[in-house]
Amino acid sequence: MLSIIGAVLSFSFYEGLVFGLVAVGVYLTLRVLAFPDLTVDGSYTLGGATTAVLIVHGVHPFLATLAAIGVGLCAGLITGVLNAKLRLPALLAGILMMVGLYSINLRIMSGANISLLRQVGIFDIVAKFLGLSGGSVVVSIIIALVLAVIVFLILNWFLRTEIGMALRASGDNEQMVRSLGVDTDKNIMLGCSISNGLVALAGAIVAQGQGFADVGMGIGMIVMGLASVIIGEALFRPMGVARMLLAATGGAFVYRLMLTIALRLGMAPGDIKLITAVLVILALAIPFIQKKLRHEWMPPAVRW
Amino acid sequence: MSEKKSLLQLKGITKIFSRGTVDEVKALDNINLDVNAEDYITIIGSNGAGKTTMLSAIAGVFPPERGGKIIVNGVDITGLSEYKRATYVGRVYQDPNIGTAAKMTIEENLAMAVLRGQTRGLGAASNKQRRELFHSALAPLGLGLEDRLNAFVGTLSSGQRQAVALVMATISKPALLLLDEHIANLDPRTAQVVLQLTEMIVKKEKITTLMVTHNMELALRYGNRLIMMHEGKIVVDLNQEQRAGLTINDLVAAFEQASGRRFIEDKILLRR
Repeated sequence: MLSIIGAVLSFSFYEGLVFGLVAVGVYLTLRVLAFPDLTVDGSYTLGGATTAVLIVHGVHPFLATLAAIGVGLCAGLITGVLNAKLRLPALLAGILMMVGLYSINLRIMSGANISLLRQVGIFDIVAKFLGLSGGSVVVSIIIALVLAVIVFLILNWFLRTEIGMALRASGDNEQMVRSLGVDTDKNIMLGCSISNGLVALAGAIVAQGQGFADVGMGIGMIVMGLASVIIGEALFRPMGVARMLLAATGGAFVYRLMLTIALRLGMAPGDIKLITAVLVILALAIPFIQKKLRHEWMPPAVRW
Repeated sequence: MSEKKSLLQLKGITKIFSRGTVDEVKALDNINLDVNAEDYITIIGSNGAGKTTMLSAIAGVFPPERGGKIIVNGVDITGLSEYKRATYVGRVYQDPNIGTAAKMTIEENLAMAVLRGQTRGLGAASNKQRRELFHSALAPLGLGLEDRLNAFVGTLSSGQRQAVALVMATISKPALLLLDEHIANLDPRTAQVVLQLTEMIVKKEKITTLMVTHNMELALRYGNRLIMMHEGKIVVDLNQEQRAGLTINDLVAAFEQASGRRFIEDKILLRR
């Protein structure tokens, strides 16, 4: 019994850290920029597909992972350009990128999926370095933890720099930021880019961890990211940069833990996405219904 | 002061909204204005007279119609977008929520404001030296904000937020300060405090200031020049000598004479 609990916890911890990267990416666009970016579903798969293809073609796994970050940054940049320069609504820009990336991912992999089973990935390299077996959850946790800490340190530093602070303010009060001499268009492009770079990194790690990349691996990733951010905010009520970043990762951990437990209790894996969707709907609708019951003033529904 | 230096020139500024529709409005109608350095101009006029539109045109929110020119310190800034003009122009809005970022601390708000118009880099946005600057900029307000640098702006009262917005607009010493009815949304006592802060900062920093107000008494009491707008035109322009000793009734008479119609603006009349 204890060993099962240990396995569930350690596996959730690994997943929480990896999907925490997605959550932090979603947090960056949704909360920092106030830009609901749906590119995530596509850029996650893009990261996985790019890494898998490069590894199969003999590129070093570390380089392949870096390349995934690079293509993710580019995908996000394009979403930002669609919105900031061509004035497409944020949601539409993200949806268009998500759809377009589906075809691109099929092209990259020359098919619907790529197996990495007989390939050497970063998990194998790290395992060999530490003298552990490749499938060990300890190795997975170490890799995920190192990445999460690096990302946390970089973002925690960046969001306090002159550029980073202007980026945060763009989502808070765009008019003010512009009146202080900041090009908010550039901030949107920069923020979307960083966000999707992180998401693609998560895709690259997951593909190597599970031993394959699949064109459907990113479906629902945005909803999962949203769920993580919302759970993190509800549990930790964060204010300030560092706590926000930790809350996003913490939210991802709690979310994955709930899922793993639900699966262990016999829930069908196919139902996960529906349950996640319902979870997000409840999280967004309950505050609204509470307000309505208290007869408070409410703004009209946002259509875009 | 003998030879006064020209700081801001508006040449033939016209702005038409909703052109070609039934809602077409000439919000600004060939405005020509020459503002001297260290002028403190109060601007009054009824709703829709074009006061805010004029400030927005100066701040670069939209370009004026073809042929208009906006010159600051001899530099033609007509073609510059809003964020590029920030170097020259600080602005405080009627709504304190517009001038400050609620989810960020006082320190973070000021840290963004102190870099107005400068290239932002990867250095820390705030440091000990800047915190001391913020402290010394906030202390004279007498609101105790200098000891609450880590407070989130969203937790402040609207008067405190507007005071922060005022400091943010002036801390990097822009050439021009635009006050767009910045005390209109505050309760009378807070409005008085913010108005005194404005007076203090403008005098201390010697910033050229344009202040839009609905309140004729304030328009007469503050500044060194008074402009009255009507239907997109400047209809009355009084310098310090012409303005001295005038009463609100004189202003109403001047308005009626210049515009050729009875003065009926309940919002202003109520405040007499």
